[in-house]
Amino acid sequence: MKIRNRRLSALAAVTVVASLALTACGSSDSDGGSSSSGGSDGGNVSVTFLPKNLGNPYFDTSDAGGKEAVEAFGGTYDEVGPDTATPDAQVSYINTAAQQGVNALVVSANDPEAICDALDEARDAGTKVVTFDSDTNPECRDLFINQATADGIAKVEVDMIAEQIGDSGQIAILSAAANATNQNAWIELMKKDLAADHPNIDLVDVVYGDDDDQTSFDKTAGLLESHPDLKGIISPTTVGIAAAARYLSTSDAKGKVALTGLGTPNQMREYVKDGTVTEFALWNPHDLGYLAAYAAQALVNGDITGAEGDSFTAGDLGDFTVGKDGTVLLGDPYRFNKDNIDDFDF
Amino acid sequence: MSTATAPAESTPRTYPSYAHALWRRVLLTREFAVIALLLVVFFYSRGNVPNFDGPLTLYYLFLDIAPILLIALPMTLVIVTGEIDLSVASVMGLSSALLGTLHADAGWSMPMAALAAILAGVLCGAVNGFLVAYVGLPSLAVTIGTLALYRGLAEGLLGTKAITDFPDKWRDWPSNRIFGDGTSYPMILVPFLVLLVLFVWLLHFSTFGRGVYEIGLNDEAAHFTGVNVERTKLLLFVMSGAVSAFAGLYFTLRYGSARGDNASGLELQVIAAVLLGGVSIFGGRGALHGVVAGVVLIGVISSAMRLEGYTVNKINIVIGTLLVLSVMATPAIAWVQRVWARRRLS
Repeated sequence: MKIRNRRLSALAAVTVVASLALTACGSSDSDGGSSSSGGSDGGNVSVTFLPKNLGNPYFDTSDAGGKEAVEAFGGTYDEVGPDTATPDAQVSYINTAAQQGVNALVVSANDPEAICDALDEARDAGTKVVTFDSDTNPECRDLFINQATADGIAKVEVDMIAEQIGDSGQIAILSAAANATNQNAWIELMKKDLAADHPNIDLVDVVYGDDDDQTSFDKTAGLLESHPDLKGIISPTTVGIAAAARYLSTSDAKGKVALTGLGTPNQMREYVKDGTVTEFALWNPHDLGYLAAYAAQALVNGDITGAEGDSFTAGDLGDFTVGKDGTVLLGDPYRFNKDNIDDFDF
Repeated sequence: MSTATAPAESTPRTYPSYAHALWRRVLLTREFAVIALLLVVFFYSRGNVPNFDGPLTLYYLFLDIAPILLIALPMTLVIVTGEIDLSVASVMGLSSALLGTLHADAGWSMPMAALAAILAGVLCGAVNGFLVAYVGLPSLAVTIGTLALYRGLAEGLLGTKAITDFPDKWRDWPSNRIFGDGTSYPMILVPFLVLLVLFVWLLHFSTFGRGVYEIGLNDEAAHFTGVNVERTKLLLFVMSGAVSAFAGLYFTLRYGSARGDNASGLELQVIAAVLLGGVSIFGGRGALHGVVAGVVLIGVISSAMRLEGYTVNKINIVIGTLLVLSVMATPAIAWVQRVWARRRLS
């Protein structure tokens, strides 16, 4: 008897749930297509920024740049995002933006492929898609705002080390993993650049810190020991340059061996202030977000379509031209030194 | 539950089967409280949240919560026995990585690769189940271990690589609409409904299910009433592994990307939804209609809040608070009942 009734109630429950779900959805089928109400009216362009994740100082900086731009051209700015940098979490926010009918979505992709279907649906609904920092496959977006090219990165690193050691002497490179694609491409370009324009600089060694703090630290110590005449180190990876700076700052080589490369201001601030590091480079994420917002506005207003050769004006940053594969280049890498490092927090 | 005091006037005594009427026993339960809350939130959102009232909302909602819905089914049974399976999301990751490597790298056909991934899930579940049921280790410890182990295997298989080379027919299947364009039901609901019927029958209408509840209330007593405690637990973990692997296939195909880190952290969303649905973490209590409502409730709240422009932090605060309140509700109600009973006595 008891079991019998429990069965009945469970059955009743299932039926009720099922029927609720069905009726609820049935009625919403009828009024489809009313999804683009939150969008633009007249000149008001709505731009939503979707970083890889929230609470990341790098994206806080870029999105602040985006906000500044959107406010400058009188649009509506919004920032949404997941708490962990996973593609599935981004998809939910892309879907939401499509439903809200925002005019433009500015995304840093957690996966080049996984968010493509969602972006395509958003574009079908009329939303313009701009990627920045990390691109998707080119066919899933209208524009990619590229922070830097391999040529630009290699050149700025060679220029900085040449300036800091007086364009002659032994240098070494502290890289990430031995098979790191980006770093290896940059190192090749640096070698060409050195051979062509800096004949007095001698690249004596390339060591690999595997983007691990302790390994990079130990490799720096090893470099100084095996090359007593070393005048400079280039570390084209943020982990490597920070570990090398930590080693140099407590060693006799501080101030004698120059260190430069790619780093972030927050990691490098104390070493710039104590004189271990004179200057290092990266791009400016604030400008990156600023440019992405203006590019989004230009797409929404129909000033550009994202085709190669299109050009638009991005507020204080000036004029930009769309390059191959719908890519806009921010410009040369940005150099950080003791005069400007306190303007940045990422 | 509450013991009925028999009316004393007649001999021989007759006892009512239940202290309360059927409608009270069905409607005044934790499960129906969740269903009622779901309805309130759903209809409130339809009336008040812009863009919520369209076919896209439910479509995206079902796509987003599908893996949680699927895994919540076996998870409910596991938790009702007083055990827990924390490795489900790692099994999803492993099945995703296997599908990717076997299909794209080893050249297996999709059905064979999918089958192999599900078998791997069965094996993962069997390892969990064997260690818990036959070796007698606590499931919390075992599945924390296998959470790391299975995720490690998944990431070892693919490294940082993402495999996106899947046939379009397979990629599109889970998100195709059952009833054609403009409707809200993605195809993944079909396997879910089949599994739902199966699990409702298993837990609420079969002797196996009675055994599951008995184990949760007192596994020694269950043993002496003839329930094969070890076999039951082993089977439940195997089901959990198999369904998680299936959810991993769905996840891979929906996002079109096989990654070792797919679905990281999803286990906590599943467990949160199961507990919200009224299943006791101590075992012995809970029902599937509550769990399904719990999963959908979390989905509806996230979706409505996203459309309102709230981002992840605030959504997490609301869902977290709701979960804490719901877990507090059962002891709180019991306390109120005790106080009332004492008042009536004094």
